Amino acid sequence: MYETIAFYLFAFLTIAMFWITVTTNNALYAMSSLAAGMIFISAFFFLLDADFLGAVQIVVYSGAVMAIYAFGMMFFDTLNEVKERNPKKVVFVLSGLIALMLVVIFVSPIISSKVQALYPMVEGVSNPKEVGIVLFTKYLVPFELAAVMLLVAMIAGIILAGKKMEKSETETEQEEEVVFEKGVEQ
Amino acid sequence: MESLVYIALFAPLLGSLIAAAFGTTPKTLFTGIVTSSLLAVSMFASMILLAMAVSGAYIHVELMEWIGAGDLYIPFGFVVDEVSATMMVVVTIVSTMVHIYSIGYMEHDIGFNRFFSYLSAFVFSMLVLVMSDNFAGLFIGWEGVGLCSWLLVGFWYHKKDVTRDVNPSISPSWAANEAFIMNRIADLGMLIGLFLIYWFTGSLQYSEVFAAIGDVDMTIVYWIGIFLFIGAMGKSAQFPLHTWLADAMEGPTPVSALIHAATMVTAGVYLVIRANPIYDVVPDVGYFIACLGAFVAMFAATMALVNRDMKRIIAYSTLSQLGYMFVAAGLGAYWIALFHLATHAFFKALLFLGAGNVMHAMDDELDIKKMGALYRVMKPTAIFMILASVALAGIYPFAGFFSKDKILEVAFNEQTYILWFVLWVTAGLTAFYSFRLIMYVFFGKDRHTEWGAHPHEMPNFVLWAMSPLALLAVIAGWFEGWFHGYATNLLPDYAFSDATHHMVAMLIAVTTAVALGGIIYAIVRYRGNGPKKPTNVNSPVYKLLINQYYIPVIYENVVTKPYAKLSSMAWSIDMKVVDATVDFIANSIYGAGSTARGLQTGNLSKMLRLMAAGVAALLVAAVVYGTLR
Amino acid sequence: MVTLNDYLILSAILFSIGLIGVLRRKNLLLLFFATEIMLNAVNVAFAAISKFYGDLSGQMFAFFIIAIAASEVAVGLGLLIVWYKKKGTLDLDSLATMKG
Repeated sequence: MYETIAFYLFAFLTIAMFWITVTTNNALYAMSSLAAGMIFISAFFFLLDADFLGAVQIVVYSGAVMAIYAFGMMFFDTLNEVKERNPKKVVFVLSGLIALMLVVIFVSPIISSKVQALYPMVEGVSNPKEVGIVLFTKYLVPFELAAVMLLVAMIAGIILAGKKMEKSETETEQEEEVVFEKGVEQ
Repeated sequence: MESLVYIALFAPLLGSLIAAAFGTTPKTLFTGIVTSSLLAVSMFASMILLAMAVSGAYIHVELMEWIGAGDLYIPFGFVVDEVSATMMVVVTIVSTMVHIYSIGYMEHDIGFNRFFSYLSAFVFSMLVLVMSDNFAGLFIGWEGVGLCSWLLVGFWYHKKDVTRDVNPSISPSWAANEAFIMNRIADLGMLIGLFLIYWFTGSLQYSEVFAAIGDVDMTIVYWIGIFLFIGAMGKSAQFPLHTWLADAMEGPTPVSALIHAATMVTAGVYLVIRANPIYDVVPDVGYFIACLGAFVAMFAATMALVNRDMKRIIAYSTLSQLGYMFVAAGLGAYWIALFHLATHAFFKALLFLGAGNVMHAMDDELDIKKMGALYRVMKPTAIFMILASVALAGIYPFAGFFSKDKILEVAFNEQTYILWFVLWVTAGLTAFYSFRLIMYVFFGKDRHTEWGAHPHEMPNFVLWAMSPLALLAVIAGWFEGWFHGYATNLLPDYAFSDATHHMVAMLIAVTTAVALGGIIYAIVRYRGNGPKKPTNVNSPVYKLLINQYYIPVIYENVVTKPYAKLSSMAWSIDMKVVDATVDFIANSIYGAGSTARGLQTGNLSKMLRLMAAGVAALLVAAVVYGTLR
Repeated sequence: MVTLNDYLILSAILFSIGLIGVLRRKNLLLLFFATEIMLNAVNVAFAAISKFYGDLSGQMFAFFIIAIAASEVAVGLGLLIVWYKKKGTLDLDSLATMKG
């Protein structure tokens, strides 16, 4: 009973938050609502007995990712109103259609056939422990690859963002002006 | 021996190719000399081959396999027998002389080299035609001469079209096309004939066809004979396909002499002579040929009576003489037809070359009523032309007498007295119009000075080139007896009945009388200041004749114009149906392209939307497919 | 009682919200937000399937998706910064270098 109430409550909240994220014209609102939505998503994970996933969701998404976004936004003039094109009907129709189709596709095999559990959950063992066992046995190679990928992404992020960090835009413009004035004098 | 055949055949081709290499360059004298000397080589080779053929040799060579498909085997084979050797000698002698003559005649023409290339190519085609040992090779040569004729008639293709009143031939290119198209019509008949021959005898080799023709159903042989003769009618300009010959006079005069008098137009006669075993089986077709020949002889001669255009007069006389040849060939006197073909080639070529000299002297003026009294300045030409005319009229002892008289005898012997009478009248007309031409051009009142002509004789080498022809025009007839024995080795002999034998002297006297009568009347009528009583140019007969019996006009209104209408109708159908379909396909693809160009804006948000649409479509498809399955 | 279908429908709704964002946003940063929403929607679906089938594979995939999302944010943001430095705007329509 509580589970049902919790599901619908969080479903409403997540949808509301994400709706704000995609519709608002203020970047800060968008980011804040996104972070909130992320946290609400983690609630589903707890409801689904995926404790560890819920924790990771909060730590990685709401913590790390949103922090990166927050820092990233410092580079951009986020206080301005974000101009967006008027939502067109076609966008909603397309999205709704895709969602509907996805549901149909997801639902159909569950109804039509029995899916065999590959890595069945073990009774009486906590979720993080289970996850740890599977992750470090069956999914060890993908896990290590994911680690390497994160490292690569980190280096790439630093290099991309850090390139010519010592030069600001305004400085470059001034230099150009100086060169221009010299040209005029000559 | 074989090499002689190849030399005779390929020397003109070599000359043509050499001249063609310089075809676009300005006049280089050596192309004329090279082609002429190569033709002389060919001529001597042909003469040696003739000598061999006389001594009874029969040379048959196969150059290479040409078509070998299933049962059909056609080699490039060449045969030198009595008929082809005669034709070769006639063709090469006339062509050599015409080549040499052309060096002088075409002296100032910008297309000098091109002219020699075409002319030699023509001789090569003609030799292929006469030397081939099968109907397919003959047809190749047949088309080859047609093509060269087209090239040469339209040699001055840059001249503008004029109306029929100004020039009955309209323009060289028009005349060339007319000749070509008329011949295509006839060639269709010829092709059908060849198909029939192959279908029912299984071969195109002369020897095999003639051996098998006796076993073929009579009706089929009838049709073969008729269709082959339709081909011959086109090439030899017999009624009703005759109009092109007179119009072909738009070509340079040496061309008229070589192609439209001596050689190409006689190809039809050659075909009938060559196919004599076929016509022997169906004498009715032969009789029809003879009747048509007699009709054309008379028909053409009447048109020549009133024409004022020098070359057209000679062209009509050619037409008339071709009619004589067909009478002989149709009545089964093949050797006589061949003999008349040979003698006619010599004197008619001479006549044309003489006409060329006159044209040259008169600044290309063709109207005989604007000439006169040229004898004083152009004595050799005048003598040559008088010789040729006398030969044409058939006066003893000139060449025409022997051959033409024989044809009249044949007509008499066959008891086809109407044919004989027609030919007899035509002989008188021939003599008259020939001497009308001579009198108007060379004698009578000087009418050319008033419009400012400065007549002058041609260079000496040109006259020398004409002299062998003049000699042959005189003496060729003397070989009649010898030729009879020689030609009948291959061709069937023609037997005169005893009754005719008794009448021969009478016949000769009557014919000579009418010819002499024609000549004398022409001389009397046109001497001095011209006819005392000028011809009534408004009389219906005169109008009918000068307008060529209105046949060109009838053709234009009955055939050409409806055909043009039909063509433009077909064209509009083509435009509205075929083209429209093609255009529609092209346009829809083009339209699809320009519509799709809108997609390629480089705008990422647009692309995203498209991608989403694509994903949606794929998902829908997946679901639909899943439920259907 | 909440069934798997409820979760999947929720997931689909969230996904389509994310898609709406992707399709209508012109600002590249906000477009990234929308992609995060889509990834999260998928994660919910994975976790739900994992739970209702008693299989951990779903959760494993969710983990990897989170890892990928993190890398994507790092690289993507770096690229955005470079672009912003170059053009001074994050407008999607300024990214038209692929126009033929």
